[in-house]
Amino acid sequence: MKLITAIIRPDKLSDVQIALAQHQVVGMTISECSGHARQPGHNEVYRGAEFTIDFVLKVKIEILARDAAVDQLIAVIVESAHSGQVGDGLIWVTEIGQAVRIRTGECNAEAV
Amino acid sequence: MTIIELSAGDTAWVLTAASLVFLMTPGLAMFYGGMTRAFSALNMMMMSFAAMGVVAVLWILYGFGLSFGPDVGGLFGDPRGFLGLSALFEQPEALYGDNIPVFAFVAFQAAFAIITVALVSGALADRMKFGAWLVFTGLWATLVYFPAAHMVFSFDGYVSGKGGWIANDITIGAVTGAIDFAGGTAIHINAGAAGLVAALILGRRIGFGSRPMRPHNMTLVMLGAGLLWFGWFGFNAGSALAADGTASYVWVNTLGATGAAMIGWMLTEKLRDGRFTSLGAASGAVAGLVAITPSCVAVSPVGAIAIGLAAGVVCAMAVTWKFKLGYDDSLDVVGVHLVGGLVGTLLIGLFSVDDGLLYGHGPARLAVQAVGAFSLMAYSAVVTAVIVLSIKQVMGLRLSSADELAGIDLAEHAEAAYDLSNVRYASYPGLSHTVVVPAREDFSPSATTTTDLGGQS
Repeated sequence: MKLITAIIRPDKLSDVQIALAQHQVVGMTISECSGHARQPGHNEVYRGAEFTIDFVLKVKIEILARDAAVDQLIAVIVESAHSGQVGDGLIWVTEIGQAVRIRTGECNAEAV
Repeated sequence: MTIIELSAGDTAWVLTAASLVFLMTPGLAMFYGGMTRAFSALNMMMMSFAAMGVVAVLWILYGFGLSFGPDVGGLFGDPRGFLGLSALFEQPEALYGDNIPVFAFVAFQAAFAIITVALVSGALADRMKFGAWLVFTGLWATLVYFPAAHMVFSFDGYVSGKGGWIANDITIGAVTGAIDFAGGTAIHINAGAAGLVAALILGRRIGFGSRPMRPHNMTLVMLGAGLLWFGWFGFNAGSALAADGTASYVWVNTLGATGAAMIGWMLTEKLRDGRFTSLGAASGAVAGLVAITPSCVAVSPVGAIAIGLAAGVVCAMAVTWKFKLGYDDSLDVVGVHLVGGLVGTLLIGLFSVDDGLLYGHGPARLAVQAVGAFSLMAYSAVVTAVIVLSIKQVMGLRLSSADELAGIDLAEHAEAAYDLSNVRYASYPGLSHTVVVPAREDFSPSATTTTDLGGQS
């Protein structure tokens, strides 16, 4: 069982959500976040004072997946979140030691 | 020597009413601003604020003259005698009618001109270059609103001997002149028709119809609707241009119609969608205000309730047309202002106490109202189309799609409407801590398999 974490463009969330649903992904967690890698931030101006905001608004998607499904889900996210411009984001995968569904008490693969 | 008959009470009321009407435009900015998504709230509010600036200046320079100067063909006023209001300034005590200074009338009508231009912006949310909007406000006020105000609001024998044709000249049977007490035709039908045409030329927002665009701040919408209602008492009761019985019953009619329209809209939503919504209540109130604007002087308080109820129900249905027909009238200028204005203007033909169908008179009043309403609608649509197409040709109308997706507030104003974060992650330019690394080589996802996860074992 693995945790797939994807940082994507906010305006791609809808496309990614639809693509994942078409591949039987029944749940995900999303959060709004800010960060930077290669994509430059933007400037704002208030009464002549110019501010630089280096951190770019992104959406973080987290999905718990069975090992066998991971490669396919990564391909789905890459395909649906891709624009080709700097700032498309990153995906990484981490090993999960344990997961429990609170309502039923099911563990690990049964829980996701 | 002329005896000055100025009424201090009337003048005090008209100047107060002018200030109330002026407050409607910031109210409209909140009403519209709350309905947009968070990343375009500032632009939406700025469209209204910009109208306050541009139209205020134009009104003084030549707008008042173009609206109320000596009649040219019933269509517009000759502004030459009123440029910069200099001639009026020589005699600030000069009277409009027999009770208030002309300057009080200038002030009251200025606030009308401002809000009419601002109303159009609701159809153009999230996607129009701000420079193009500034040019639009000036051109549209000059070529559409000022002539429309002349046609509808300039009465024979007040500022000039001859006034506009819709107010004075339409004659069918025993009925002469369309009734538009405070601006159902000149303001709401006019702004609604312009919004429809401009939205069609500007095109739909990216994602319109396929992705819901959720209002970002409903409490701001409710506050804006409340300010509009408050200011609207000045709009309608102030149009009596006197502190008298007419102003008083018009105030009450404005109250009754608005309440009834709110109820009508909420009931329509309950039956159709299953819930009473706050956006429905706020929109219903505005639809009722729009419909009672032309009719408030001509109907009884019970007639006002009937007109309001009709406007609430009809407008609640009209705001769904844009999804069926596919035009992006973003904040329902057509559904509320064009449709509500038509409902109020035409229903005078039924509910007018003096000459309406329901009071045993013939259809002449209804016919006169229809001629006025549809003529002005056509005028507004045609001239708006010419203006917007010209701006599109010369300087372009639309934001780039990248800017539209990232949000118009940042792209056009370099500001954010809200910063609710305590992290404070801004820095001054030059002190940036970001290492900018050039992008790597091109990559296309369809040509690649992503199975190699490197560090995984």
